[in-house]
Amino acid sequence: MILVLLIIIPLLTGILSFAIKGEGARILALLSSGITLGAAAMVSGAGFAGNSTFSMPWIPSIGTTFSLLADGMSSMLCLLTGIVVLVVFLVNSNKEVERPGAFYGFMLLSQAGLMGVFLASDALLFYVFWELALIPVYFLCSQWGGEKRIAVTFKFFVYTFVGSLMLLAGLIFLSLQSPGIPSFAWADIIRAGRALPEVTQQWLFWLIFIAFAIKMPIFPFHSWQPDTYEQSPTPVTIILSALMVKMGMYAVLRWLLPVVPAGVAYWSDTVIIMSVIGIVYASCIAMVQTDIKRLIAYSSIAHMGLMCAVAFTKSSIGMHGIMVQMFNHGINITGMWVVVSMIENRWGTRDMTKLGGMAISAPKMAIAFVLVSLASIALPLTNGFIGEFMLFNGLFTGHMALMVIAGTGIILGAVYTLNMIQKTTYGNAVKMVIAKDLSINELAGLIIIICLVLFLGVYPKPLLDLTSGIAGMIVK
Amino acid sequence: MKAIIATTVLGVFMMFAGIAANNKKSIVAIAILLFAALFGVTIYELVDTPANSSQLLFNNMLQIEHSSLWFNMLMTGCTLLYVALMGKEIMKVGMHVAEYFALIFFILCGLYILTTYNNLLMLFIGIEILSIPQYILAGSDKRNLKSSEASLKYFLMGAFSTGILLMGITLLYGASSTFYIDKFGSILHYDNINPLAIAGMVFIMIALSFKVSAAPMHMWTPDVYDGSPTAFTAFMATVVKAGAFFAFLRLFHVSFNSLGQHWTLLLAVITAATLFVGNVTAVFQQSVKRMLAYSSIAQAGFMLFAILSVSSADASYGMRGIIFYGVAYSVATIGIFSVLIKLKDYTYDGFNGLAKSEPFLAFVSSIFLFSLAGIPLTGGFMAKFYVLTAVVKQGQLMWLVIFALLMAAISVYYYFRVIIAMYFKPGTPELNSPITTGDRILLAISCALVLLLGIYPQLFLESFGK
Repeated sequence: MILVLLIIIPLLTGILSFAIKGEGARILALLSSGITLGAAAMVSGAGFAGNSTFSMPWIPSIGTTFSLLADGMSSMLCLLTGIVVLVVFLVNSNKEVERPGAFYGFMLLSQAGLMGVFLASDALLFYVFWELALIPVYFLCSQWGGEKRIAVTFKFFVYTFVGSLMLLAGLIFLSLQSPGIPSFAWADIIRAGRALPEVTQQWLFWLIFIAFAIKMPIFPFHSWQPDTYEQSPTPVTIILSALMVKMGMYAVLRWLLPVVPAGVAYWSDTVIIMSVIGIVYASCIAMVQTDIKRLIAYSSIAHMGLMCAVAFTKSSIGMHGIMVQMFNHGINITGMWVVVSMIENRWGTRDMTKLGGMAISAPKMAIAFVLVSLASIALPLTNGFIGEFMLFNGLFTGHMALMVIAGTGIILGAVYTLNMIQKTTYGNAVKMVIAKDLSINELAGLIIIICLVLFLGVYPKPLLDLTSGIAGMIVK
Repeated sequence: MKAIIATTVLGVFMMFAGIAANNKKSIVAIAILLFAALFGVTIYELVDTPANSSQLLFNNMLQIEHSSLWFNMLMTGCTLLYVALMGKEIMKVGMHVAEYFALIFFILCGLYILTTYNNLLMLFIGIEILSIPQYILAGSDKRNLKSSEASLKYFLMGAFSTGILLMGITLLYGASSTFYIDKFGSILHYDNINPLAIAGMVFIMIALSFKVSAAPMHMWTPDVYDGSPTAFTAFMATVVKAGAFFAFLRLFHVSFNSLGQHWTLLLAVITAATLFVGNVTAVFQQSVKRMLAYSSIAQAGFMLFAILSVSSADASYGMRGIIFYGVAYSVATIGIFSVLIKLKDYTYDGFNGLAKSEPFLAFVSSIFLFSLAGIPLTGGFMAKFYVLTAVVKQGQLMWLVIFALLMAAISVYYYFRVIIAMYFKPGTPELNSPITTGDRILLAISCALVLLLGIYPQLFLESFGK
């Protein structure tokens, strides 16, 4: 039942929020996300003991039920969703937005969609939530985004919608494979998929994978991403990059690898090579960016590329690493965006060449920025390290040459990230701005992030324990 | 059966009501009451008939099945919704308000025959009863040249396709010596078929494709839908079209399902062409009304999916698909037309800034457009889901499924253009008349229906058997 709450709370408060005029919406959103986080924490707590499930009939005639399942991976991602959304609301709680009711309403609806995606254990339900998470983001970007928002967001929407439709065709095909009445239940989909002949699995693989590849995004399906991240308002960028890309990764682990194993085996080299190209390509482009938002957008492509490559290696330690890294990447990139949005607010620009001297005028902010940046380049004793280590370990077995190439991504990552820190934080700005340091709510948000970065860097065991059972299961 | 009699009687009554009542408003009120009564009759008939029963009437000319009654009931409900939403606009079209409503009753009479015919002659009669009132409605705005043009065009093309239909029926009769559609299955055999029968079948397919505006027989559609008074376009593009589809499906399901090899590929090509022409041409339209005309062609492409699927062993998905699609598409399209008709300017720019000045209208329009585009949790999604599932189950047309999905992605472009105009562009749209509370309630009901169809489709499917 508590699983349903994870979806229902943001859904209802989201709808309610549209009706509220003025400041009430902000408080409602904070309250709602706090309660949701509490529920997510309880689910994760229970996740150590075993899976929790919920099921009720929905449309029996086509074999779909409203069934939810929270295993270690799902509950971890729900927890991440809860944390990130709360942090987003927290750091924005002293900022004015136009029409706050609608803004927070859409944010909460998209949270409900995300929770649903991570919990659904019925393919049609999964698909419905997959779209439900997308629609609010479309409205958020188109209304509150930057100058070129309408065209950019539309491109993003059409891109992902095409992928989703292909996914739908694949899922319908799979549901009809079960003997007797069709079934969309996860277990039946897996059984049906595995029983298919190899050739069928090979084309079915792409039908399903394209949607996920666009969402992550994997080279060459990434072209929507930097523009969208740049044009979106920062709270939405955080939802997109910290949570929605995880949807793609999660879906690969849950709805692709176990479903069409023969197809995966056949195409895995192709996907790994695509991912590695993406890592190097995105890292190189990130190095020449001067806009911080675009730089982080490209760095995100590189990070996701690494995870995707490892997902196709069949290494169980690598698989375990992906899950840990999904959480850590979500936390780190949230921290990065939060600071970037503060920079943009206070200095009025995101151009690195015009920034500088943050350490003098806003020392607390500078410390936070440096810490999350170091975590993002996976320095030991930060949370990024353990995940990245496991990922490379996974890629090492069997794909050594590719690992070496992907490893350049780490080096390049250090280059552009440190360069960014150097230009924004230290030295002198072209135009000196006396910026306000962190306000109390921003401090609270960043403290949550930094505590997680350090705690999971030193003691990652809880995260590893939570997801240990799942990794082995997927590889099998 | 009861519904056929009721709609005829009510239609005649409606005409006389026009003489008795001079006030246009009271005529509209009477019409709404009568349509509600007709809706009641169809519900009664549905409840009164046991599930899985089938009843032959008039020397086996009509065969009444549960699914037909279910479809009749839903379509009558859509008509009631349409009359309630558009009543005021129909009033403005011309002098003879009572006659317009009477004609709509007669169209429904044709529709009821088309859902229950068991004989090709009844198919012919049904199509004629369905079409002739439409020719009149299309030309009802006499002061408008475009309306007269639409009427004439519609009439000529309709007469032409009726000729082809008759030719097809004749050829089929020549090959099988029967008009009864349930007999063809035992007379025509797949491997030893008279070429005349194949020719007849193809002729009938072409004629029915005219009626449902499938490409390349769609040329009349944009001009007729654009030229006709908007109030009537909304009806022609929805309920009438769904009825023609049901007739199409019925014939191919009952008579020709074992001959699938002879017609599936041809119909698949027609479907692909319809999807392509409808979607791609809709992208280039500047007028929302014309865009909706092309979108109705595109949606017809999806409805053809249901017919493609009946050649497989299990036709229940196709049957469900056409019923569900008919309702979901009709409600959403009637809804968007009733918003469109309130605006002075039918171009996309006419919608600019609607979200600011009329947030409620913009919201319901978005839901209707979501449904047409097939976004989950709306009826349109479940409808597309059913017809796609039907064809995937049929097994041989996976290429068409993928093609259709790509086309559906194109459709997002032109449907969302309206949403973009309403929400993200500045402007103040001019309204023809203020939106009354009654309008708001009816639009809210339509909107709730669209969502209900998407969230709990079981409600609309459980009530009729397998």
